[in-house]
Amino acid sequence: MTASELRMVSGAEEPGGHLEELRRDPIALMRRVRDECGEVGAFDLAGRTVVLLSGAQANEFFFRAADEDLDQAEAYPFMTPIFGPGVVFDASPERRREALRNQALRGDMMRGHAQTIADEVSAMTAGWGDAGQIDLLDWFAELTIYTSSACLIGAKFRAQLDGRFAALYHDLERGTDALAFVNPYAPIDSFRRRDAARAGLVRLVEGIMSSRSAAPPPGRDERDLLDVLMSLRDPVGGPAFSADEITGMFISMMFAGHHTTSGTAAWTLIELLRHRRVLAEVTAELDALYRGGAEVSFQALREIPRLEGAIKETLRLHPPLILLLRAATRDLEACGHTIPAGALVGASPAISNRIAADFPDPDAFTPERYAEPRAEDLVNRWTWIPFGAGRHRCVGANFAMIQLKAIFSVLLRDWEFELAQPPETYRNDHSKMVVQLAQPCLANYRRRGSAPARAGQGVPR
Amino acid sequence: MRVEVDLDLCQGHAMCELEAPAVFSVPRKGKVVVTDPEPPEAERAAVEAAVRYCPTQALRLVPE
Repeated sequence: MTASELRMVSGAEEPGGHLEELRRDPIALMRRVRDECGEVGAFDLAGRTVVLLSGAQANEFFFRAADEDLDQAEAYPFMTPIFGPGVVFDASPERRREALRNQALRGDMMRGHAQTIADEVSAMTAGWGDAGQIDLLDWFAELTIYTSSACLIGAKFRAQLDGRFAALYHDLERGTDALAFVNPYAPIDSFRRRDAARAGLVRLVEGIMSSRSAAPPPGRDERDLLDVLMSLRDPVGGPAFSADEITGMFISMMFAGHHTTSGTAAWTLIELLRHRRVLAEVTAELDALYRGGAEVSFQALREIPRLEGAIKETLRLHPPLILLLRAATRDLEACGHTIPAGALVGASPAISNRIAADFPDPDAFTPERYAEPRAEDLVNRWTWIPFGAGRHRCVGANFAMIQLKAIFSVLLRDWEFELAQPPETYRNDHSKMVVQLAQPCLANYRRRGSAPARAGQGVPR
Repeated sequence: MRVEVDLDLCQGHAMCELEAPAVFSVPRKGKVVVTDPEPPEAERAAVEAAVRYCPTQALRLVPE
């Protein structure tokens, strides 16, 4: 059988092809590709063909492909100005495989991480009083800056950060406009703020480095990753890495786990508050587990089935990455269609996670679908893909699940929440490649066991 | 019982080594080594936990 023509989705005649639609409503564009073209279709990104795959068979091709055929390096041009040269996607496939084996993600580190995360949640809520209101995007984004820096870089570095780091990091994430596929340095506000934010982060790290240089050298056991990097020398005895390079490494180490975990935590809370019956079951499950005095550091590594079901269902409906990309290095064939060398190739968690044949009632929030015997995440290994799949499945998925379990173990033990807006007003902002909650996204909290409060007011005791 | 591993999927998280150190070993930079592919019955609970908690579902327990 000869390979058949790629079908292009409607709307390619617009100037820039589908670029403007991708910047405005990427999920509608990708859904139309599947509706009009099937499991293998294409859209036009300012002259470059993007082959969009969906469904089990096409996704399996995508996730099993070797790096040498479908390469990541070229596929994310919007990341290079954020990481800086020489970091992650600017390295060879071989080099990346090596770098991804981050020792901090090994199983034996997880108990310590779970405790660190529980402590960070307690520290962030320590000043809450008995009742009040938070913005879910700002709050979880700041929390996950502290958790990821503490777990991946070290508690000592974390202790030298404050809200400024989180605010700058947020501007970096907002600097992922799809216009970067045409020109990552185009004169738009998103990119100007991105570059200013990166420079600001370098200054913060530089300040931390100067304070450490001035202090007596730390003992071997007190050193964190920053101390280790600062101690390395180049062949002529100078520092091996500049503040700029070290900042780039830290940005890249934290990037994959930051907006993803932050957004998933916020959406899990929103979905629980939209579905009070599920919330009641999850709260009862946690109360039963922790009533016996179990430690979060132990329990977060174990099964918490109802909470996990709620998190998995949140990930299915609101995957933090909606489009995974590679670049075809040579002509390839997928499901009988030719993918030309040079094309971008995409798989979309947002589309595949809602295929009705695999996930009955696909738009409904149904955590029960993960219980045996349905186990829809395991049964549909190529379409339940919030973490990707196969050889490139997210290396941080295990850490992410433990982190989310630890966060909700503490939050739901100590606090009750309610939505501060009509439930349907919570939505994602899809104008950047890094998807974030659109603001406002407010929620009210009240200390458990205290009297009911009116929104935003303290409770007299 | 016999333990099988799909090395295409293993990412070296070493969760299995935590659950069943007599059966699995994971070098600091590398993938799992099944040190005892046909473990004794006494290891069953530990090996089942290793299979269940493997983050990438790379392990399988095959009944004899």
